[in-house]
Amino acid sequence: MKIQEAVTFEGDLNRDFAQEIRTRSGCHEIDLCIQCGTCSSACPCAAFMDYTPRKIISMIKNGFKEETLKSFTPWLCASCYSCQVRCPSEIKITDIMYAVKRMAVEEKTYPARFSIPNMDKAMHEILTTFGRSSEVWLMLNMALKTRKPMPLLKMIPLGMGLMKTGRMSIKLETIKQRRQLRRLLKAVKEEENND
Amino acid sequence: MIDYAYYPGCSVKSSAKHYEESILPVFRELGVNLNEIEDWNCCGATATPSVDKSKTAALNGRILALAEKDNGNLIVPCAACYLSLKKYHLFLSGGSEEAQKTLNALKTQGLEYKGGVQVKHPLEVLTAEIGLDKIKDRVTRPLSGLRVASYYGCQVVRPYADFDDAEDPTTMDNVIAALGAEPVDYSAKTRCCGGALTANIDEVGIELNYLLLKEAKRKHADVFVTLCPLCLFNLEISQKKVNKKYKQDLHTPVLFFSQLMGLAFGLSKESMGFQRSLIPLDAMWNKIESGGSNE
Repeated sequence: MKIQEAVTFEGDLNRDFAQEIRTRSGCHEIDLCIQCGTCSSACPCAAFMDYTPRKIISMIKNGFKEETLKSFTPWLCASCYSCQVRCPSEIKITDIMYAVKRMAVEEKTYPARFSIPNMDKAMHEILTTFGRSSEVWLMLNMALKTRKPMPLLKMIPLGMGLMKTGRMSIKLETIKQRRQLRRLLKAVKEEENND
Repeated sequence: MIDYAYYPGCSVKSSAKHYEESILPVFRELGVNLNEIEDWNCCGATATPSVDKSKTAALNGRILALAEKDNGNLIVPCAACYLSLKKYHLFLSGGSEEAQKTLNALKTQGLEYKGGVQVKHPLEVLTAEIGLDKIKDRVTRPLSGLRVASYYGCQVVRPYADFDDAEDPTTMDNVIAALGAEPVDYSAKTRCCGGALTANIDEVGIELNYLLLKEAKRKHADVFVTLCPLCLFNLEISQKKVNKKYKQDLHTPVLFFSQLMGLAFGLSKESMGFQRSLIPLDAMWNKIESGGSNE
């Protein structure tokens, strides 16, 4: 076991973090959290998380920025919205998880070789370039990002089954108006930075 | 014939081909034409919102603008696309400053969204507009005795759907009953299959899908029907792994509800894409041919 300081001191906390998440998620109800834990009990993936959804909300409210942005929890959110529809304070927890993920991508604090953030990034690259998703290309891009070829190799029998039933092709799917899409995405970033 | 705009999405064109193959002819039989939107792009599903929000809004805005120009009534069969388009329709018509920026960007490319699209799931159109009576009238080959677990998953019923319940939806069960089949009381109907996690993280995929498969077996379901390409895919690819880990035979075929509709309407098996199942369907065909009597 690696010995390291296990306590976060007052001075390490980031008091602006909650406000940043509020703005990014469009969810301003985070202060209404009563720590009841309904989200964690509703979450089908909580058992696999390093911090449960209830804890993450508390960590955001209390400025544990570094721990939150390094956590696996948001990447294990399957986006099922069970927590969100059950929360008695109507906190949009799924949207908060998305906001945390985006921040972790921007600040490059996400678990670097974990499959899910790399899949999301690979998909984002493919979609913003070609406008449509193509499974084989997504898998290849992901394997390069994670630098893990094994998951890709393990998918080969499944890929064969999908090919045999006509449910997968190696064709790169694309929209016709790729130029329009590229300009649109450029324009939306300019608008965003234009305050 | 009534015309609707139709957004297929990427999955429905690849791993969930049999969804489109069945839903287009089934709707045609019921007097509804689904017209695919010209040059549609991907909605981003659960991936792009994890990376970039404004680009995700623009991707969805482009789809909505194209749909509005075409026919404001938009049918979206895929659960992830349905949620995404519904979410960004609300965002873009909500009047926020952030939404205005997306709308401005769309305008620079000759795209305009005035907020006039009605995003609808096929189940909503089937139950609230076409009506179960019309479905019943069209059935020529009732699926008597076939026990069906309707699995709704997450993203159609949560958090934006207004046509069914978020925790205990019934529209798909009602359609199945109209076909003469027997809906089983499937208590895991809105429990998550793991979405995009399942194909990537075995530990998560096996646990989540074990629960879904086990409950279907406990209720003696012959087959699952679903409305989501990813739910179908996850339930199919998990069966071997689940059976191995738990040393049980939980094999159960997974179909789109529209495939069973086509079958009950007397359309051919091949044209409804039954040959695309990764799970053998022999036991199900025997059950259908015997009218459910060979228990």
